[in-house]
Amino acid sequence: MARLQLRELCGYRAGDKGDIADVAIFADDEERYEVILREVTAERVKEHFGAMVLGDVDRYEARNVLALNFVLHDALGGGGPRSLRSDSLGKTMGGALVRMEIEVPDALADRRRPRPDVSWADEILDALPQR
Amino acid sequence: MSVRIGGGQGFYGDTPAAVESLLDDGVDYLCLEALAELTLAILQKDRQRDETLGYTRDLPRYLAKALPAVAAGRTKLITNAGGINPAAAARAALDTAKQLGVSGLRVATVLGDDLKPRLDELRAAGTMLANAESGAAYDEFPGEPLFAAAYLGARPIVDALSGGADVVITGRVADAALFLGAAAHAHGWGWEDWNRLAAGTLIGHLLECSGQVAGGNYSGEWWTIPHPWDLPYPIAEVDADGSAVITKPNGSGGRVDFDTVRHQLLYEVHDPAAYLAPDVVADFTSASFTDLGDDRVRVEGVRGAPATPTYKALLAYHAGWSGEARAAFSWPDAYEKAKATAALLSKRAEMAGLAVDEWCFEYWGVNALGGPTAPPPDEPPEVVIRAAWRCEDERTAALIGRELIPLTLSAPPAGFTGMGRGGGGRPTELLGIWPTLVDRKLVDANVRVTFEEVG
Repeated sequence: MARLQLRELCGYRAGDKGDIADVAIFADDEERYEVILREVTAERVKEHFGAMVLGDVDRYEARNVLALNFVLHDALGGGGPRSLRSDSLGKTMGGALVRMEIEVPDALADRRRPRPDVSWADEILDALPQR
Repeated sequence: MSVRIGGGQGFYGDTPAAVESLLDDGVDYLCLEALAELTLAILQKDRQRDETLGYTRDLPRYLAKALPAVAAGRTKLITNAGGINPAAAARAALDTAKQLGVSGLRVATVLGDDLKPRLDELRAAGTMLANAESGAAYDEFPGEPLFAAAYLGARPIVDALSGGADVVITGRVADAALFLGAAAHAHGWGWEDWNRLAAGTLIGHLLECSGQVAGGNYSGEWWTIPHPWDLPYPIAEVDADGSAVITKPNGSGGRVDFDTVRHQLLYEVHDPAAYLAPDVVADFTSASFTDLGDDRVRVEGVRGAPATPTYKALLAYHAGWSGEARAAFSWPDAYEKAKATAALLSKRAEMAGLAVDEWCFEYWGVNALGGPTAPPPDEPPEVVIRAAWRCEDERTAALIGRELIPLTLSAPPAGFTGMGRGGGGRPTELLGIWPTLVDRKLVDANVRVTFEEVG
């Protein structure tokens, strides 16, 4: 077994409903889905977010899209229009979740998801009038 | 025969530019989804200042793009831009049509989502308005409700379309119900046809956030999305049996594939096997997706169960005032300097007798977004402190920001710099939201559709 961050195994998206953050992760294939199903429990997610999430964490499975959906209660500083947080809508909490490290079989440990190539952005930026 | 439905708006503040390519590609219905919980709060502040407001004020800009196609009979427009004042939005729509010189339009307005005048009546009839999130009884509601909006379903939209409407303007109709209304009307679906209603709800959910299903806010290989500066908005080709193809305008940038679609499927969903919509309980886990290539994803097999006897409703209360300020610190010891300055700011506020009910300190570059999930920093090259505070009154919230300014020369840590326009902004009113459930029969009794013509 090896330790790997979830970012190497899944995609993510997060959003809000009131003071609840909804965070979903999407496994790259069936094999990786079985691993996250086993490793990424509601308890571990609750522990991962620490003081950021004051309430319970519920976990739901969506096998048809190889996804796990986490519902984080009391997680947004009171909810969008009330919260003092910059990210009052919890949009960044997907990224925060895939920072979690889990145990994976060695066979899955070698592959890393590709890192961004934003050379197109460099081209655009380099052509701008800047000092 | 499939019906083509376009998702031309995902929130208040979205760009009307993407509407053009949807109309050029051809859609039978153009749905503009303008609302979120936060949006209702923003609209409430508008309406407090001016009773003729309370709808999303970019509606005329959307109409300017779309009404010529609507008047030409090429599409029909459905929007919840009415926010908490659909009647005012309809007046703005009629004015816009006149200014554009568009004639022969029938505009329908859906009313009845506003529960604020009816709260006593609802409670007398047994709808107790307890907080659905915390469980708190309505007796604990802080102060007076500023607004109270029920999330209506697709039925009044179908009524409006059946009544010959070219433009349908609603208040707080649930996001996905705008799209379900279009599909249910086009195919004549029944209100107990749970599987089709669930399919229409799922399709609406996929389209309601505009670019988010077509490569926006996408965690996969986002840097490979074509033309991300001109992201297309989505189209669903919906068949009579409820199956559909999710796609985008031909020749546009963006991407629609299995991965972009499944990212949107679970967006802001609690239990995906029981997505509680006003018209149906949809099982999103029952859907099967087939990536057909060429930016086309087929979705089918969606199952639904009977709707619950309640609608969701959202109430809001005044929750104080907030202000915020930022300052940047350079290496070395940037994090320590930032923390020291946060402490100084709080001490100065206390010395000035300014009462703060809640502080929020974020260290940008360290853990402002990641919180406890972020690893402990080595030594960051720079840190921005963002301080936010909540006070009972507006004036106090405004005065606290000023306490940061003298620290430019008086703070012990060297390396402090102001943060452009970040500091000293006007305070923001905070609204607490109170989600609840209301008996749908009591709500429906007051829902009505009115029609007006533009001659």
